[in-house]
Amino acid sequence: MGSTVAPKVPPAAEGGEKTLRVGRRGPLRRFLTRPEVGSLLGAVVVFAVFFTIAEPFRTGSAMATILYAGSTIGIMAVGVALLMIGGEFDLSAGVAVITSALTASMFAWWFSLNVWVGALFALAISLAVGFLNGWILTRTRLPSFLVTLSMFLMLQGINIAVTRLVTGGVSTRDISDMDGFESARAVFASTFSLGGVSVRVTVLWWLLFVALATWVLVRTRVGNWIYAVGGDAESARAVGVPVARVKIGLFMTVGFFAWFSGMHLLFAFNTVQSGEGVGNELLYIMAAVVGGCLLTGGYGTVIGAAIGAFIYGMTRQGIVYAGWDNNLVMFFVGAMLLAAVVINGWVRTQANRR
Amino acid sequence: MGNDDTPLLELRGVHRHFGNIRALTGVDLRVHARRVTCVLGDNGAGKSTLIKILSGLYAPTAGEYLVDGEHVALTSPRQALDRGIATVYQDLALVPLMPVWRNFFLGSELRRGRGPLSMLDVARMRSIADTELRKMGIDLPDIDASVGHLSGGQRQVVAIARAIYFGARVLILDEPTAALGVKQSGVVLKYVNAAREAGLGVVFITHNPHHAHLVGDHFTVLKLGAVELDEPRENLSPEALTHHMAGGAELDALQHELQGGTAPPVEPLHDEPRSQG
Repeated sequence: MGSTVAPKVPPAAEGGEKTLRVGRRGPLRRFLTRPEVGSLLGAVVVFAVFFTIAEPFRTGSAMATILYAGSTIGIMAVGVALLMIGGEFDLSAGVAVITSALTASMFAWWFSLNVWVGALFALAISLAVGFLNGWILTRTRLPSFLVTLSMFLMLQGINIAVTRLVTGGVSTRDISDMDGFESARAVFASTFSLGGVSVRVTVLWWLLFVALATWVLVRTRVGNWIYAVGGDAESARAVGVPVARVKIGLFMTVGFFAWFSGMHLLFAFNTVQSGEGVGNELLYIMAAVVGGCLLTGGYGTVIGAAIGAFIYGMTRQGIVYAGWDNNLVMFFVGAMLLAAVVINGWVRTQANRR
Repeated sequence: MGNDDTPLLELRGVHRHFGNIRALTGVDLRVHARRVTCVLGDNGAGKSTLIKILSGLYAPTAGEYLVDGEHVALTSPRQALDRGIATVYQDLALVPLMPVWRNFFLGSELRRGRGPLSMLDVARMRSIADTELRKMGIDLPDIDASVGHLSGGQRQVVAIARAIYFGARVLILDEPTAALGVKQSGVVLKYVNAAREAGLGVVFITHNPHHAHLVGDHFTVLKLGAVELDEPRENLSPEALTHHMAGGAELDALQHELQGGTAPPVEPLHDEPRSQG
């Protein structure tokens, strides 16, 4: 039968190739298209500025303090960045840290238990809060802004109300004489010496979490799915990615890091102020965005968020070392965020030009 | 290849109603291996409903759906996929911000190792994606380029290559050239042809008779949910196909009216400009 097609063109015909080519980019171009490039340049500039103007900034112990300040934001920023790459954000992350610390402290104190039992209970609560955020989000299909804003307000209220109920005050009792406190402090809030400089253990945890999260993102199936659900949830669903499970898992990951940060607070200061944590959620988001994560999801790296947190640490301590008014910290952090967003966008469009 | 082969897919007298709206009435369709079956129709002719029945998204209200000559009742796209029926929708199910190779394997990633430490087999996925795309004649020197940087035609081809690699025997293409320019459409048509040469049965849904005639072996024209034309290529010239698509008999009648002077008097749409003077 004459079913051959007259104007048939063999697939690999000449001429067709040229239109199909995507030009190969050079190594520099490739480097410049990486999401964290803007923040890396920013970090170098901030470092150079404070290194020049503030003499105390140049010491090893100053660097240790900066890294510690970076780690307090940076550990949470790991979870927040993963979540943001997955297309959502979590406004309850700041108070969730305090919720976790309060839970561990008051649960152990009220029942006179080993603090590790309190810590485990707090972990369960933190994961449950994360699960609830994700579950409500995927069930109602509401934007994460609304779901987590509600959670933020509820946790804020519960933190203070329950603390008042249990202890009669606004902060928890000192738990430093309770069983397990020393070992817990060793894990979450100890200090070790590195070349004569004392370094907080959270810096190590921070590096470990960044490395682990980067491995998950780049080298595992779950990481592929995180980028996919953030980039285009409908497409991801169409090829069989369990979108709801990925999103719930990401909120629970934020819950885990909230627990870890809460444990650090508790075992570093022995008591917890129930009204704290408000506003920190925006610092975590700031770190992720400065590091090149897109608010709209599907793009960014955890390393970028770590650099963002490091910039925060340098600014926070650098202003102190330079002898400026401490209140200027937030001004500079805000200016940095604005500059980073503009520069990141500009670098991206420039580097993507063919 | 002959018509006496068992078709890969066959619809017999398929009806689909939505409440009292009849989206499809008595539609017959046969899809053979190594043939491109074109489904043409104007907006609202029932093309989308037909795709959704073929891909397992809808069940027919009445009529039979046969795969390899056996009756089936598909209840999900997954079941259709398991039988080798892959649908490439207009939105393509690609994630623009992700690299080509990650998109290629999204949802079906290859892994090394077991348990929580199992890792993506990046090297293998990259080389397979590269090979498969080359097989389709598309040569992307940079397999790491994000899909967002590809042209519309290239994206379509990536989606087609992915469907073929993951075991499609029947490829359903939903208006693959609708949003593309002339050159890009040509690229896609070439790969429709390549898919046929690879032995697949292709369902090519379009409202462009010129594109259809370039690659089609069999043509089914839908109109208001019913089959208006069902002819193999040898019985149909491009002009005849275009004619059918453009409205066929109705257009003839209209032409007759307009030329025969029997048209009803038409009031001027606007007042004469003179009325102002």
